[in-house]
Amino acid sequence: MTNHLINLTDMDPDAIRELLHLTDRFVEVNGRPIPKVPALRGRTVAMIFFEDSTRTRMSFDLAAKRLSADVVDFPTHTSSLSKGESLQDTVDTIRALGVDALVIRHNSDGLPGQIAEAVGETISVINAGDGLKAHPTQGLLDAYTLCQHFHGSAGAKASLEGIHVGIVGDIKHSRVARSDFAAYRSLGAQITLVAPPNLQPTDPENWPVEITDDLDSVLPSLDVVGLLRIQKERMGEAVISSVDDYVDRYGITESRASGMRDEVVIVHPGPVNRGIEIAAEVLDKRVNVLVNQQVTNGVAVRMAVLFRLLGSGVEID
Amino acid sequence: MADRERRMTPPYGGVFVARTTVLDAAQVHRALTRISHEIIERNQGLEDVVLVALQTGGVEIARLLSRLLFEIDGVDVPTGTLDVALYRDDIGLRPVMPEAETDIQIDLGGKVVVLVDDVLFTGRTIRAALDALTDFGRPRSVQLAVVIDRGHRELPIRPDFVGKNLPTRRDEVVDVNPEGVLLGEMRK
Repeated sequence: MTNHLINLTDMDPDAIRELLHLTDRFVEVNGRPIPKVPALRGRTVAMIFFEDSTRTRMSFDLAAKRLSADVVDFPTHTSSLSKGESLQDTVDTIRALGVDALVIRHNSDGLPGQIAEAVGETISVINAGDGLKAHPTQGLLDAYTLCQHFHGSAGAKASLEGIHVGIVGDIKHSRVARSDFAAYRSLGAQITLVAPPNLQPTDPENWPVEITDDLDSVLPSLDVVGLLRIQKERMGEAVISSVDDYVDRYGITESRASGMRDEVVIVHPGPVNRGIEIAAEVLDKRVNVLVNQQVTNGVAVRMAVLFRLLGSGVEID
Repeated sequence: MADRERRMTPPYGGVFVARTTVLDAAQVHRALTRISHEIIERNQGLEDVVLVALQTGGVEIARLLSRLLFEIDGVDVPTGTLDVALYRDDIGLRPVMPEAETDIQIDLGGKVVVLVDDVLFTGRTIRAALDALTDFGRPRSVQLAVVIDRGHRELPIRPDFVGKNLPTRRDEVVDVNPEGVLLGEMRK
């Protein structure tokens, strides 16, 4: 039992389903003429982003505000941290200021979890992405988006049973892939990992599913193509020898897309590299590309997480 | 008693044990029939009238009222559901039920909203509901229909349509269900 959200792999599938079910409620709130409720009035959420982020940060910000919580930004570049204060001292300071939740993104694996242990039960810590390890709210919003697409909403028994999802791209360096995998799997989806050999997971024992480097061989059986962002900032590490080769084998090009059934769904956590993971024409024109729906649902999912941790008096298992 | 209370753990919840039957099913039906006539009389018809049922105890009552209104006046009154969990002043003390959905498809601006609940007690649910309604538009007026008014108000709120006034002790529990109204208590 915990009042933190650190990693989906630690969570009971029923707890994941309950969060997704709660998300239905906030999708409804976001559709109202006035999409704001007083549920977290008087609560304060601190945003601590050590890595750049636009959409995740804005999404958490909006989610907190639509619940009437106050949001404070902790500017990591200009803060006392850059003056040499230790992270522990910084967290102690933030705690002393009286915040109720920390939303943390950091480039080192496990840091939000360590902070959660350090602060104990007094503050909720929400992982907004740590290193290569986890991005739990992304996993939840992707799972929610698929549930909504296939079933209209998550409902009491959110399920992706009978759905075959391919996670395609740089799985080795992707926290999104890890959290998506955990979320899809706990909902019963069939999963296949598709990646070039050097970008496949180095810990296959944690991914007990089919792993292949041949997208075209599995594409006909997929219901969902889950694209991962190729991180151009990693190009220097020569993870991809040639962009053209990557596009040729793993990109959703116009010709590859034309061979796919219309019902096949494409998701991508964004931001999209047009012309690499997916061709611009496919992104803009194809039906069942759910990229914007993912962003929209992200706010509702984060409202559910914030409300569950700060407002409901019930802990996540 | 709503499902929500049933699920609460002690000291807020427990197992409901009935002591007396206050109204049987026929009496509830008669009370709702009278309330239907009163709603029509008060509003000189059903034009612009909308029923909004409070989750979860008001939902079944609103369904019955809507049917009775149709039988009496031939008008299919728009009906919505409202969960006020996100507007309450005791958030954290009551379980939030994801399945208790808010479903209001129409703009409430200019409408006569009749809030429907099973039991009126402290008035705090209604206070929260009045807050919530303003997020869906500006109704011309808001009225309140309840099957049981059991007293013990903590806020200046009164019902417009009442099935039965029932004097109770504060620690007693009133359970409204399709078979009737029971008075009893929670046992741990």
